[in-house]
Amino acid sequence: MSTVTLAAKRRRAALRTIAFLSPWLIGFAVFFAYPLLSTVYFSFMHYDGFRPPTWSGTKNWTYVFEHYPFFWPALRNTLWLVLVMVTLRVLFGLGVGLLITRIRTGTGVFRTLFYLPYLAPPVAATMAFAFLLNPGTGPVNSLLEKVGVPAPGWFNDPAWSKPALTLLALWGIGDLMVIFMAALLDVPKEQYEAAELDGASAWQRFRYVTLPNISPIVMFAVVTGVIQTMQYYTQPLVAGKVASGVIQGAGTMFEPGYPEHSTLTLPQLVYNLGFQRFDYGSACVVALVLFALSMAFTALLMRRRGGLIQAGD
Amino acid sequence: MPRTLPRAARKAAFALSAVTALALCATACTGQSSAGADDDASKETTLTFWHAWSAPNEVEAVKNLVAGFEKTHPNIHVTVVGNMTDDKINQALRAGGSKAPDVISSFTTNNVGKFCSSGALVDLNPFFEKAKIDPGTTFPKAMNEYTQYDGNRCTVPLLGDAYGLYYNKTAFRKAGIAAPPKTWSEFAADAKKLTVPQGDGFKQLGFMPNYHGWESTTEHYLGQFSPTYFDQDGKSTLATDPAVAAAFTMQKNLVDSLGGFRKLEKFRSGLGDEWGPKHPFHTGQVAMQLDGEWRLGMAEEAKPGFEIGVAPLPVPDDRADEYGKGYITGTIAGIAATSHKQNAAWELVKYMTTDTGAVVDFSNAIHNVPSTLAALKSPDLTYDPRFKTFLDIAANPHSTTSPATVNGGVYLTTIQQLGYDYESGKVTDLRAGLKKAAAQIDTDIAQAK
Repeated sequence: MSTVTLAAKRRRAALRTIAFLSPWLIGFAVFFAYPLLSTVYFSFMHYDGFRPPTWSGTKNWTYVFEHYPFFWPALRNTLWLVLVMVTLRVLFGLGVGLLITRIRTGTGVFRTLFYLPYLAPPVAATMAFAFLLNPGTGPVNSLLEKVGVPAPGWFNDPAWSKPALTLLALWGIGDLMVIFMAALLDVPKEQYEAAELDGASAWQRFRYVTLPNISPIVMFAVVTGVIQTMQYYTQPLVAGKVASGVIQGAGTMFEPGYPEHSTLTLPQLVYNLGFQRFDYGSACVVALVLFALSMAFTALLMRRRGGLIQAGD
Repeated sequence: MPRTLPRAARKAAFALSAVTALALCATACTGQSSAGADDDASKETTLTFWHAWSAPNEVEAVKNLVAGFEKTHPNIHVTVVGNMTDDKINQALRAGGSKAPDVISSFTTNNVGKFCSSGALVDLNPFFEKAKIDPGTTFPKAMNEYTQYDGNRCTVPLLGDAYGLYYNKTAFRKAGIAAPPKTWSEFAADAKKLTVPQGDGFKQLGFMPNYHGWESTTEHYLGQFSPTYFDQDGKSTLATDPAVAAAFTMQKNLVDSLGGFRKLEKFRSGLGDEWGPKHPFHTGQVAMQLDGEWRLGMAEEAKPGFEIGVAPLPVPDDRADEYGKGYITGTIAGIAATSHKQNAAWELVKYMTTDTGAVVDFSNAIHNVPSTLAALKSPDLTYDPRFKTFLDIAANPHSTTSPATVNGGVYLTTIQQLGYDYESGKVTDLRAGLKKAAAQIDTDIAQAK
């Protein structure tokens, strides 16, 4: 009798738990588990979106890794952007945050000035940069030529297109500046006072007081930066199209990452394979590579830096 | 507080996820409803027609075209939806449903192979047979070719585009050139004569040969060389067809003789865009331009300050007798396989694409090339005398197009990519490059099948 009552109680407790968890469980199942499982499933299928999918084994995987000519250049570009762009964005965001928390007058003006670019629509911002950095008519190169500095080809030169994209990303640093500012203002003042009394230099105060206090925010910025860069689509696509001078409308071909594939990123391949070539299976393979890379980077960062745990917690 | 969910809760959560996933999968995989051509076209019905035109005058022209149809078919009403991109059209063709289109038109001629092979658009051959219309004698040869794939005619041409040569007559006179070039050798000589260097750029460039020079794409150049693209087994002939190597070599020689790739690219990056009034042909920065029939109106609208001449594009020296031909492409129309009103939809498609009066009026309204042989000869066509060049190119039996393949225009992208690499000097061995590109094309097609 008592066993039955205990079992009934456990059942009720379980149901209650599920009831409370159900909004999250449903959301997780519909918006994460189902798409993820479907992506895995379709990566092994031949599916053009019109006819029913048919089993194709590892054909899509072989095609993407061995025969699809844009995969490796896109992967290299994506990794370059993750390593260089994310690092520079975090350093620059932290630098701007430090600067703005230190200045005494005009703080509001500087905060606004640094934050405003972040609000610019990505397409408009990229187009503006493409015009500013136009090697033939752009004001930046005109200025560089006037002062005798060799003018780069920016978005028209495969060696300079990714640095130009990085410049664009640094210009829109407003999001990171705000979170770094909040974190910096949150560092207890007494810790700085104690460090000063101990004779710590400015660098030592930053290294042993500021950095340990804001390390979870740095980690947050790096992890979200990596994930965002893995999904980097609009800016390289628009920059490539504007710089190529060929505006692709209906009926024109996909131009892979002008110039010379240098602005090609993995999300562009997902679109190209899935929606332009109607090859959903291969598009799913690229999507899974993106997912695996994002997970690997995040796991690596969390493990090495102890995750989002603040020093002393 | 327990650290993990109770076992029963975990099982239930998994079951819930699995059931949701399966339910969604089931609905996703069975999105298409059955359809067919068993409707009665003489009964009262309403069709939905999606098209891609977006400019106000074009939208108005489509409305007038449909109004003409409704007048002759009072029982069939048409809901017209404009500015529909290919993505939306593709999605609607996949999903079907009450709001999906019965008839679509698209600018992406390259997708015909995919539309036909996948069954997204119905084969119109039985409809043509029933209506006793022979597409072979109704449409110009090239248009007849690009609207079908592997014997399946799932689309019809709905006006077309023909590519020719625009030239600055004033600059020609100044350079002492009496007539537009007819062969590529003459063209190369004229382009050089018309080029006026200035600093490390150009005051006037005879011709922008680079493949990024707006419409100077590989397939537009290749069109003048009449390549075969594929053999009877569907394998790429890129590496074996001498026409392809000849076209690549001719373009590369043009690039080298006009200043080299880097110099031309630097100059190009400072020029206006293709669709704006500052297009370099309008501004006189480029004296000759390979372009479609629409450029004439755009160039005149920009008030260029010089006399514009129009001629067919040059042909290879050993094909001089074929002068007058050009590359042809255009808008396509088709009937959605998901439509339940395919007979009524055929009436609309038939009217828009084969009724001479309708085709002529539509062509007059949006200044595209008519897509039937009868309309091309119609006395009702109104046009600038120079536009006649494009009508003749469209009607020319030697005019070419790029064939439909199962994976759309992927092979053209591969060829274009080789073009970029060859003109920039990244690929120096053309023969090896063509072999590699041909192998890539075959692999891509095998992947799509």
